[in-house]
Amino acid sequence: MMYNPYSLEGKTILVTGASSGIGKATAVICANLGAKVIAVGRNEDRLSQTVTLLEGEGHSYFVCDLTSSEQIDNMIRQLPEIQGLVNNAGTSILAPIQFIKEDTFKGLLQIDTVSPIILLQKLLKKKLLKRGASVVFTSSMAAQGDVAPGNSMYVACKGAISSFVQCAALELAPKGIRVNAVCPAMIDTPLAREGVEEEQFAEFKKRYPLGTIGEPDDIGFGIAYLLSNAAKWVTGTNLIIDGGVSINY
Amino acid sequence: MEINDFIEKFAEQFDDTDPSEIKADTVFKDLDEWSSLVALSVIAMVDEEYNITIKGDEIRNSDTVEDLFNAVKTKA
Repeated sequence: MMYNPYSLEGKTILVTGASSGIGKATAVICANLGAKVIAVGRNEDRLSQTVTLLEGEGHSYFVCDLTSSEQIDNMIRQLPEIQGLVNNAGTSILAPIQFIKEDTFKGLLQIDTVSPIILLQKLLKKKLLKRGASVVFTSSMAAQGDVAPGNSMYVACKGAISSFVQCAALELAPKGIRVNAVCPAMIDTPLAREGVEEEQFAEFKKRYPLGTIGEPDDIGFGIAYLLSNAAKWVTGTNLIIDGGVSINY
Repeated sequence: MEINDFIEKFAEQFDDTDPSEIKADTVFKDLDEWSSLVALSVIAMVDEEYNITIKGDEIRNSDTVEDLFNAVKTKA
């Protein structure tokens, strides 16, 4: 038998935001490592496409708008016990501070901060996450000081997640549930590319000691590690995956 | 949409540039204070004042304030 402490065999892992970017890459990696994946997102076409990419049997998907408590409840009623939760769905809105609109900010906070926390809350309440389970949030280097002008709403949302992870880890440690976050720097995803020209992307790359921005897989591998038993003594951490960009902070 | 009104609102996005420096034929990217944050402010101003969504493309493809005004106007 092959030695693989990073195996996810025997685990059912729910991944939100699984229809594109980091979530999609994570779903594929988890399946390759032997997990059964439950892919969650809003777009049925793209979700079902993600599922076709998954190796092995027993994968499924749920179309769920995570900003709706009712839709989360409805999904949870149909879920089995899970051993891994990847709270990854999120988005970003750029605006200078003087142009922040309360409704826009509340909407972003709902998607990036409130909904993932409520999903965890409901899974715990229903006892669908038990001893040995691992929860991973997708935070951001934006929560670790790698900020850019115009990104303040996103920074606030992700900063809340990175802090929440520490408290959740402490609170859930006695239950044997680990809670961590990954903090990606710029990753080549549809979200990051929105409204950005190829030449601007080339400029961004120059900031990174490793010479390039990240790929979704670079984050997916980190998430898979935190989900695996190899990370059984790791909780409350914000795992920096950033191509070295924070070295000189 | 009226160009003088647009120029005035465009100029409000600068803090250290005298509004009198900004005219229809000003090549705005040559202004010392021009930055990506000012660009973002202009995008947000157009959204707030005119309810029109523009992207970085419209800014990149415009040289003068009037170019940008015309780009915005076509989306009105």
